[in-house]
Amino acid sequence: MDVISLTIDAARSAIQERKTTALALAEAHYARIQKEDGQIGAFLTLSKERALEQADRIDRMAAEGKPLPPLAGVPVGIKDVMSTRGVRTTAGSRILEKYIPPYDCTAVARLEAAGAVVLGKMNCDEFAMGSSNENSGYGPVRNPRDLTRVPGGSSGGSAAAVAADMAVFTLGSDTGGSIRQPASFCGVVGLMPTYGRVSRYGLIAFASSLDHIGPLTKTVKDAAIVLRTIAGRDPMDSTSAEVPVPNYAAELEKPVRGLKLGVAKEYLGEGLDEEVRAAVESAIEKLKGLGCEIVPVSLPHTPYAIPTYYLIATAEASSNLARYDGVRYSHRARGVKTLSEMYRRSRDEGFGPEVKRRIMLGTYALSAGYYDAYYLKAQKVRTLLTRDFEEAFTKVDAILTPTSPTAAFRLGEKSNDPLAMYLADIYTVTADLAGIPGISVPCGETREKLPIGLQILGKHFDEATVLRVAHAYEQAA
Amino acid sequence: MKVTEKDVAYVADLANLELSEDERRGMLRDLNSILDYVDRLNELDTSDVPPMAQVSDRYGVDEAKQGSERFAYASREDVLEGLRKSLPHDEALANAPDADEHFFRVPKVIER
Repeated sequence: MDVISLTIDAARSAIQERKTTALALAEAHYARIQKEDGQIGAFLTLSKERALEQADRIDRMAAEGKPLPPLAGVPVGIKDVMSTRGVRTTAGSRILEKYIPPYDCTAVARLEAAGAVVLGKMNCDEFAMGSSNENSGYGPVRNPRDLTRVPGGSSGGSAAAVAADMAVFTLGSDTGGSIRQPASFCGVVGLMPTYGRVSRYGLIAFASSLDHIGPLTKTVKDAAIVLRTIAGRDPMDSTSAEVPVPNYAAELEKPVRGLKLGVAKEYLGEGLDEEVRAAVESAIEKLKGLGCEIVPVSLPHTPYAIPTYYLIATAEASSNLARYDGVRYSHRARGVKTLSEMYRRSRDEGFGPEVKRRIMLGTYALSAGYYDAYYLKAQKVRTLLTRDFEEAFTKVDAILTPTSPTAAFRLGEKSNDPLAMYLADIYTVTADLAGIPGISVPCGETREKLPIGLQILGKHFDEATVLRVAHAYEQAA
Repeated sequence: MKVTEKDVAYVADLANLELSEDERRGMLRDLNSILDYVDRLNELDTSDVPPMAQVSDRYGVDEAKQGSERFAYASREDVLEGLRKSLPHDEALANAPDADEHFFRVPKVIER
């Protein structure tokens, strides 16, 4: 059988029914990586030994006729911001080039406990800071649909690997759009769960009040299955919520008829590419055809989301990245004479330009005399942005928007203009600031055959509705 | 120009970055361009708006309580149950650029 381009259920049942083995599946994916990834650059590190050991464990279970766990034998990739015991974890940064974590990220441990086979670690923008994957310290990722274009970021490797069938699914992280935007650019499904839904223990911190872990998958159902596996309270992460986790996959088939879906004019205004607009409008029509009621909503503070985001995210990053001091696990410059010189030169050598820029901006926004004008101001506007959603969700069950204002842009197109790059996140950052869940699901292509993404945003801890709407659209499209 | 060369030097110092001459010039240009854009936040009157530090500050907390009591859901007994044990000494030192068998080793701290 063809063991590439399987969904989770198809892979697991094929192993259970002994049509293939977890080992054959892992090896087929490694062969595909060997063949395709030279030109794409999605993987930074392969964890073959760990993968084959896990595959063997699953195959022995299957041979004994035991019922297999939900992700049994499913080959996956993990964004390189998630710690993996014994497997190098760089966060896309040269400052962690040699870092081998002594423990596993909870989300990864939960995937493996459910039978998943971890193939390796995915390329990403350095410390997840970027919208094109061009900020990786290990070279860019190219979009499998057009190698002259970016895959989006920062989970660019995670999105590209799924699009190129080098993994059944991957984990990514989303701080300002870093799961949904690359999913949109590469034509796959990307889900950002509610803040607190998935433990971040073992996730290398970028901006702690905004960081989320979530899946990038081939289908909405796969996203539902993965979310159920990784979600739920973790005593190792005090921000993980004590909220019951539904069986998302079982709820997908509930009818969407009668659901109220909001459309906000602020997300369809200036700066939106005409082909993207047409695709999203036709997706809205399709959902209307399925019996959903389309309701205009207003999210009036949307134009303030990007400045708010770039103050809060950089302020938190400047604090989180202070730990890379060359003492315990990060790069240390050679030939330094004093401690202070060691800190500076190690950080100068280890961090790339965008990371330095954000540390500088964040440090400035938090510094004496500017705290109130920048950081505190942004925190207040964050309240207003969140209230916009609370108000809208009194009227609707979910909100439909484009994921990104354009399809994938070319490598180099925005890399010299930080502000232009930041604006690629204009439709995604607000959900991170408000902590609500969102998904990007493919909704057609441009004339140049580049994928377009429809974003569906939901209420806090209501991923079930987000997934249900996405699934209904996917099945109808 | 909001940010001056002096500011760049001061902030780099706070952030423990050295930065080359080239990098400082680029930083001056980029920070000013970003902060100009960020200024649009001043169009909003936020005098009566409470700041939002994090999402869990609004959701999952016990609204009737004050201060850290609001986050009671996140607290636990001070026992190891369900938690990872502390790392063994050798594992904790394994990634250090310089260490002996007990300690991280760093350049001289006290200058005289």
